Amino acid sequence: MTATAGSGTRSQPGTPAPATPRGRRRPGLVLAGSGVALVLAMLAGVWIGALPLAPGAVVATLLDRLLGPLGIDVPGGLSGTQEAVLLQLRLPRVLLAALVGAGLAIAGAAYQGVFRNPLADPYLLGAAAGAGLGATLVIAYSPVQSLGPVGIVPLAAFAGALLGVGCALALGAVTGGSHGPTLLLAGIAVAAFLSAGQTLVQQKNTDDLREIYGWLLGQLGKAQWSDVLVVLPYLGASCLVLLLCGRALDVLAVGDDEASSLGVHPGRLRLLVIVAASLATASAVAVSGLIGFVGLVVPHIARRFVGGSNARLLPVSLLIGGAFLVLTDVVARVVIAPAELPIGVVTAFIGAPFFAGLLWIGARQR
Amino acid sequence: MSAPPPGTGARVEVVGLSTGYGRRQVLDSIRLTVDPGGWLAVIGPNGSGKSTLLRSMLGFHRHQGQVRVDGVPTTGMPRRERARALAYAPQIPVLPEGVTTGDYVTLGRTPHRPLLAAPRGVDRRVVADVMERLGLTPMADRLLSTLSGGEQQRAVLARALAQQPRVLLLDEPTASLDLGHAQQVLDLVDRLRRQDGLTVVSTLHDLTLAGQYADRLALLSHGRVVAEGSPGEVLTATALADHYGARAQVVTGPDGPAVLPVRDGARLPSGGAHPTA
Repeated sequence: MTATAGSGTRSQPGTPAPATPRGRRRPGLVLAGSGVALVLAMLAGVWIGALPLAPGAVVATLLDRLLGPLGIDVPGGLSGTQEAVLLQLRLPRVLLAALVGAGLAIAGAAYQGVFRNPLADPYLLGAAAGAGLGATLVIAYSPVQSLGPVGIVPLAAFAGALLGVGCALALGAVTGGSHGPTLLLAGIAVAAFLSAGQTLVQQKNTDDLREIYGWLLGQLGKAQWSDVLVVLPYLGASCLVLLLCGRALDVLAVGDDEASSLGVHPGRLRLLVIVAASLATASAVAVSGLIGFVGLVVPHIARRFVGGSNARLLPVSLLIGGAFLVLTDVVARVVIAPAELPIGVVTAFIGAPFFAGLLWIGARQR
Repeated sequence: MSAPPPGTGARVEVVGLSTGYGRRQVLDSIRLTVDPGGWLAVIGPNGSGKSTLLRSMLGFHRHQGQVRVDGVPTTGMPRRERARALAYAPQIPVLPEGVTTGDYVTLGRTPHRPLLAAPRGVDRRVVADVMERLGLTPMADRLLSTLSGGEQQRAVLARALAQQPRVLLLDEPTASLDLGHAQQVLDLVDRLRRQDGLTVVSTLHDLTLAGQYADRLALLSHGRVVAEGSPGEVLTATALADHYGARAQVVTGPDGPAVLPVRDGARLPSGGAHPTA
């Protein structure tokens, strides 16, 4: 007898059958559309800001930079100051937002797939709590600001996130839970413990409260090229692994026994996906702080367009996640300019109504 | 039928299979043989170890002893190779959300293609063929969760058949179906096994259906095989009394023995509708 767990259901016979949702028939179209959305969002991200840059001139400058080594000059670029704003401020910030959003979204989709739980998100296994503790510790106590070229806060956050997930996996293994639910509970225990530690450190160092909160709420304002280059290898590698695991995750969706009878090793696959998703999360968190909502909701938005198949869901989540965070970052720096809203606040402010609207439209279609 | 025909059924041997949960022994030295193209139904009271036997045969459950498919032990067989020989439909399948019937059936091709690759032409042909045979073609683009119970059961069967296995292991294929749909599914399994020469091992709790469809029965009780043979040999009133604690007559039906439950004591003379004051 096999136990059913998670979101798989045996539905009642005779439920009214909706027509196949649009887009489910044309996954290629959705994928291309998401890619276009990401590119448009990134262009908007470099155009819009305290110093508006002319779209045509931005494109011309970028093309000039790209084609320069080939000996091709593209006329009509930006002036000196404008070019500095574009290349030193806007571009790294937009790229970092796209990377972080993409990483969090695909990690969230992967967690939801691997736990067969629609409420799973990238912070579930203690990554957020661990990163929070790490960042808080070094903000409060570290005498140095950076180790070599890398800031000490990103390093501590990255290490803390991996430590949190590592503790959850170890606790899960000890309590015999390579199975989803036990591991989830282990993650909750670890996260609670690390959060308590973070709060304790924070309360003993109220002078640093502002900086700590700034980090906890997520920030892209200090984005530099070095941040982009530091996270790119980790995010790139982990996202690639997750993209390749999509089809295997679809097999896992039918349950451990059946996946096993189809030739897949459920335990190994689950571990691989959790490690890759946690690495993506840790890299994203290290450079941007704790940006909520993206990892939980973007996969659901993607699911509305491509259905439940992970092979389609993961790439679309990646693209939509990148576009979503770039756009929310634009909003974050425009609304109360020249000041900025914390991006973690904006993701929820924009994302929640947007998602509610999608749910409402979905319910009406049914 | 354009798809290449699946290999003919394999001889399945279970030799000295023992297993348990923790210290509790559930199966004790099970020995069974199923001929190629045969249908063995494992019957037995609740908790006798039927599902555990099936799950052990598939290697989900650690066990002693051997399971051999055409003489080759399955322990030590690579998982994907085993998946090309044995297909499994669980009693309560997990049906993933938001997945179309066609995509679900295509999962059955997993052991035949590289795990990272998209389904190839041959995979699509086999899936289309299996869905046609099981009457699922019109539902290919519908979400699995919108199918009726009988259609879902057929989709699970289709997924298992898309594996092109030599042995089909079915855990209570009729558990959630009414009599008509149960008969449809069993007729289908019987037709498929005759057409393809598949070997079928299933658990079945309905003894009359088990006797009608399987050509051999194995009666499991407290983790041991207490009777094995043709339906007529295994289904006896004595066996039902001894191992099920059931009062039943076994009458001869048109397609084998039929089990008829018998009430204890005489029926009240006035009938049940008007209780006497």
